[in-house]
Amino acid sequence: MSLKEMFANEYAEEYLLAGNSACAGCVSELALRWALKALGPKTVVVAPASCANVYIGVWPGAAPTVPFINMAFASGAAAASGIVAGYQALGKDDITVMTWAGDGGTVDIGIQSLSGAIERGTNFIYVCYDNEVYANTGTQRSASTPLAAVTTTTPFGKRENKKDIAKIIAAHEIPYVGVVNGADPQDVFHTFQKIKNIKGARFVHLFSPCPPGWRFDPSEAIEIARLGVKSGMWILWEQENGIFSLKKGSRRYLDKANRISVDKYLGSQGRFHLASEEEIRKLQDWVDQNWEEVRRRLACEGEGR
Amino acid sequence: MDEERTKRDRESELPTYNSWQELPHVPVSLGVMGSIGATGEWRILRPEISREKCNRCGMCYLYCPEGTMIFKNGTDPEVNLTYCKGCGICASECPRKAIAMKPENAERSNHGRDE
Amino acid sequence: MEEMNEEPADQTLILTGNEVAAWAARRAKVHVVTAFPITPQTTVMEAIAQFVDSGKMNSQFVPMESEHSVMAGMVGASMTGARTFTATSGQGLLYMGELVHWAAGCRLPVVTTIASRGIAPPWNIWADYSDVLSMRDAGWMIQFASTHQEIFDSVIINYKIAENPEVMLPAFVAYEGFTQSHTAKPVVIPGQGRIDHFLPPPPKNGWPHLYLDPDRPIVHGNIIMPHQEYMEFRFKIHETMMRATSIIKEAIREFKEVFGRDYYGLIEPYLVEDAQYLLVTVGALAEQAKDAVDSLRKRGVKAGLVKLRYYRPFPTEDLVSLLKGENLKAIAVVDRSIAHGSPTGGHISSDFYSVLCQTGKEITYLPAVWGLGGRDVTVEDQVGLFEGLREFHESGQVRAGKNKLIVGTLWVNLK
Repeated sequence: MSLKEMFANEYAEEYLLAGNSACAGCVSELALRWALKALGPKTVVVAPASCANVYIGVWPGAAPTVPFINMAFASGAAAASGIVAGYQALGKDDITVMTWAGDGGTVDIGIQSLSGAIERGTNFIYVCYDNEVYANTGTQRSASTPLAAVTTTTPFGKRENKKDIAKIIAAHEIPYVGVVNGADPQDVFHTFQKIKNIKGARFVHLFSPCPPGWRFDPSEAIEIARLGVKSGMWILWEQENGIFSLKKGSRRYLDKANRISVDKYLGSQGRFHLASEEEIRKLQDWVDQNWEEVRRRLACEGEGR
Repeated sequence: MDEERTKRDRESELPTYNSWQELPHVPVSLGVMGSIGATGEWRILRPEISREKCNRCGMCYLYCPEGTMIFKNGTDPEVNLTYCKGCGICASECPRKAIAMKPENAERSNHGRDE
Repeated sequence: MEEMNEEPADQTLILTGNEVAAWAARRAKVHVVTAFPITPQTTVMEAIAQFVDSGKMNSQFVPMESEHSVMAGMVGASMTGARTFTATSGQGLLYMGELVHWAAGCRLPVVTTIASRGIAPPWNIWADYSDVLSMRDAGWMIQFASTHQEIFDSVIINYKIAENPEVMLPAFVAYEGFTQSHTAKPVVIPGQGRIDHFLPPPPKNGWPHLYLDPDRPIVHGNIIMPHQEYMEFRFKIHETMMRATSIIKEAIREFKEVFGRDYYGLIEPYLVEDAQYLLVTVGALAEQAKDAVDSLRKRGVKAGLVKLRYYRPFPTEDLVSLLKGENLKAIAVVDRSIAHGSPTGGHISSDFYSVLCQTGKEITYLPAVWGLGGRDVTVEDQVGLFEGLREFHESGQVRAGKNKLIVGTLWVNLK
């Protein structure tokens, strides 16, 4: 699982062709590019309403070169469930089915069909690329938007904090739940390589900074994601068959001394420009509490490998 | 990277219809480069690679969201200027600062298509 | 439930309407059934679950977590080339509304049985076609099954029609909640061999126009601009359905050849040629109305009945040609559903104006509504409706009584 492998000829083919309508610097596009390289051409993607479902281009052309269907907003996981059943009935069980949904289509309107599909043990991969807003429709708030973030429906900052979808999904006890840094192609590529061959429901929560939504220059996208991980706002963890572990990218931040303060992350993006002192403190406390919970879990289940 | 595929553009590969009778039952799309057009026209900054500084590590190819940094092991990376959107991530991530984002200006020929 | 024996020959079983629907899905060898319970269709899903779990039906049975997901699952499964089936009613059908349109927009040959029930609020689970008719413009063919046997036969025939490459449209088979879904009648279940002869399996490579095949990757559902062919694609759904009438008739004719049961076509006439007073309606009450017609004929009243089998596509031509009788004085078109704010308050009776426009004759027209929310409609009520029709034809009014003429429509047994 080395960096070098990603340059092998085997992975040179692009399954998401250039010249599509994704924003310049879109992290979800970068992640989809590497996810598809890892999964290969025998992959069918279901994209409920989200940025990806629009930026793949206008008929009769499209960016993906794997079978890719757009789907109603609430039905990403349900349609995938049907596709898996269809393939099973027809004896075609070597095709990977993946739902590629945004936070809106996962944490809000899509949560019912996601919970249902994974409760049934549907053999598919569900990816929530989380840009923390309804980006497709112009950056309205979602349940995944953090406290104090300015969006078009929270023009003075969101009053509620982020719904932790990965924890909710982890409670369903499925074979794999993982948080991935979408701006780190190695993390994306190696995760999807790993989960491709796991049977059962697999959930990936993908950190996906959004230049227009979060108000930063596109060239900073990768660095912003790094700040997110360094500040501990995003914790890269996995739960495989119920066993929790910290991924390499987040391990050093278990020690608070290694974390940068939350306001350095918040200050890097225009969307937090109205955050009050109190809100920044709340977010810092929230981050610290999350890490305490990680510490407790690791103590119960063994240190991260 | 499939060289053949990168040379094709939207107009030459996709079907056109003269009337409703010619349409299939549903609109089905095929994967092509430039599904929305020549996105190189979006640029206000263009990446320029200094060959002296570049050590062909491939990070620019890795981090390019659009896949317009063409790179094979051991060769010089090259920008597909027809589609590069000018986001600047390659310049930010290059460990040797070998890529500079220069203003896209009147020198640009043929609406961003590479020579 | 009757003992399920595995003989390949025809069997006659005593089955409820819902069990019949389940048997039809089984004989149709559907690949995927997505399921969610709702009264009064629940026992369809339960019967199928029994069949699948006991190894008698080789299908994927997917108990979804809502009807919206049921239809999304059907769309997904159908796209892989699988034959798919589900059943729903009332609120469930309304909940899946978005995906009902999606299935038609994808031109997928999905068949869904509807055990029709009243729409809430107020809560009502009994026979009323308002649910299926609220989906009438979504692009699905809609057929009413008026007998238990017809429920079975219709599912099989509609798969044949839907999967025709020239058609590729989904179909509803609707019947009455409780009065048909939960009552038991003897039904002929043909042997698997004869069904297979009439209804071959889906093509191995998937449907010709839409497939999820990594060897032939396609993208479906992405944006189409106003200047592009969105209008044309939507137009094609309607145009296909209107042209499908000949394919529907051919399938019915072929069914008669193979199985011996004749369903006439998109409509079934009963004593229409010399009728003076005609009743046009759908479903089990249309079948029952034959008794009312017989009773009136005995008294010398030249009554007749048109059972509308297919409501979508609306068989305007067939209806117009049926109304050519020289004796025809008056028609009542009766809905067991309500279309608020429509010209007549009824779906079918409002659409029927298109037929009247084209007959070029002076005919008294009385739209009517009966039986909403499962309110009983007896043969006497149906005879009474004919009498009301005659009175209306002769005097333009209907005498005060159980039936009330309000806003131009006759409301049967309105309190």
